[in-house]
Amino acid sequence: MAITRDEVAHLARLSRMSLSDAELDALAPQLDQILAAVARVTEVAAADIPPTSHAVPLTNVFRADVTRPSLSVDEALAAAPAAEDDRFRVPRILDPDE
Amino acid sequence: MTDAPADVVRFTAAETAAAIAAGELSAVEATQAALDRVAKVDDAVHAFLHVDAEGALTTAAGIDARRAAGERLGPLAGVPLALKDVLTAKGMPTTCGSRILQGWYPPYDATVTARLRAADVVILGKANMDEFAMGSSTENSAYGPTRNPWDLARIPGGSSGGSSAAVAAFEAPLAIGTDTGGSIRQPAAVTGLVGVKPTYGGVSRYGLVAFSSSLDQAGPLARTVTDAALLHAAIAGHDPMDSTSVDVPIPPVVEAAARREVLGMRIGVVRELSGEGYEPGVQARFDEAVALLAQLGAEIVEVSCPHFDYALPAYYLIAPSECSSNLARFDAMRFGLRAGDDGEAGAEEVMSRTREAGFGPEVKRRVILGTYALSSGYYDAYYGQAQKVRTLISRDFAAAFERVDVLVSPTTPTVAFPIGAKADDPIAMYLNDLCTIPANLAGVPAMSVPAGLSEGLPVGFQIMAPAFADDRLYQVGGTLEAALDARRGHPLLDAAPAL
Repeated sequence: MAITRDEVAHLARLSRMSLSDAELDALAPQLDQILAAVARVTEVAAADIPPTSHAVPLTNVFRADVTRPSLSVDEALAAAPAAEDDRFRVPRILDPDE
Repeated sequence: MTDAPADVVRFTAAETAAAIAAGELSAVEATQAALDRVAKVDDAVHAFLHVDAEGALTTAAGIDARRAAGERLGPLAGVPLALKDVLTAKGMPTTCGSRILQGWYPPYDATVTARLRAADVVILGKANMDEFAMGSSTENSAYGPTRNPWDLARIPGGSSGGSSAAVAAFEAPLAIGTDTGGSIRQPAAVTGLVGVKPTYGGVSRYGLVAFSSSLDQAGPLARTVTDAALLHAAIAGHDPMDSTSVDVPIPPVVEAAARREVLGMRIGVVRELSGEGYEPGVQARFDEAVALLAQLGAEIVEVSCPHFDYALPAYYLIAPSECSSNLARFDAMRFGLRAGDDGEAGAEEVMSRTREAGFGPEVKRRVILGTYALSSGYYDAYYGQAQKVRTLISRDFAAAFERVDVLVSPTTPTVAFPIGAKADDPIAMYLNDLCTIPANLAGVPAMSVPAGLSEGLPVGFQIMAPAFADDRLYQVGGTLEAALDARRGHPLLDAAPAL
């Protein structure tokens, strides 16, 4: 099963990651090789085997819903690429034409 | 205050701590000696991404003052340590070896970091690593590769290659690494160290920047089994801040490291982890170590774990899938790099430009691969099937541990390879993890302990134990280490070339 350059470009869009033409050219054949290698898992007869998401059995962990100390606004914003009025400043998230 | 002995950097962590506790050495002297060693050799080795000399000396001076005041100190008080740059520590940058986090100062300590501070360990700085812990050579660091102290033209393993190189180059007696598919054990193996991946859930992941959440685990790298045990005990234990942390007592690893006997233990040699692709020198050192354990009274049993053959492909579906999800947090909005924010581009465009500029080739490969494996139409065939294989691998372990106390194999199929040798061949690189991945998939603990040299380069011997029986690793590893050191007449690292 082959993965095409167009599919890699689509996956990059889904991943919110621009890729240059050179990167697409390099990645498509590599991913094709890797997928051919990992496809070996399909050789295992496992129809009736339950999946494992975590090696250790886990249950939901709850704590009391009480107010606790947290980061101050200044600490939370200290590493922000841009901040304004005690808030993260982000690029526009809506299209101006809509 | 007298000058510290010239060989203080060659002290083990246990020796350093004992000398400080006895007042024969100050924490400041031990720290300064380590910093001097870093200044001398790290231009060549490049184990560190950040050295916090001032912070380390301040911590050390505080320890000396508290000792002078008669206060009780931790078991590793004053011992210098290199912290892998994937764990947060206040006051130091955390980059994960990535451009996308260049210059990021985290606002909180990881639980591992907090426990190191509570144990009075002196954190020297942050150790280099493959970007976001994806790699087996530390060549994927955005800040340049780390070099193997045994041969500067070779890789120190990865992803915890800065951690392994720092300890093997005597820049620090201890380091913390993280292990998702072998990233503590493989670097330990190729640099002649002891490295342990604890049982999943045994060490808190709070403040460990996630790569593959169901597999990641922090653990110790050290020059001796006892040192590794002391560090393991210091960082392990339940943490309410990590919902996957398990509330069970810390296995008695320090006691086990001192036991030095394997009489009557049943040791299983995994049939699937040998044969084609294993270098003759690696296989020979492994076989000799098994024979030595048999001489010491262990019962050697050959064990088959048939699904281990599928561990590598399952891992390279599960880990990239979790990675593609985890790395979505690097969105250029709240912290880290923001690229292409020209006032015109929208948030989605800025996100895409930032991730293009901030991630290196291996991270991009894995994000794309994971996105593919999780997309509708492929999910069942790839990710779902890999999770089923994961169940079968856990069952192989469970069946094996009904017959034996521990399982053993070589840690890696080869010794350290030259820098650049596999850089353009992802699949060849992935094969480094062949022997180490099964333990991550099943969540069981595993150790690499030095088995000797092949053509002048270290070979690792892997021990795997049932979940939360981490102490068995230390018992077998400590016994093997003592027997090999006695036969050789000195610790393996004494054979490393001077830097």
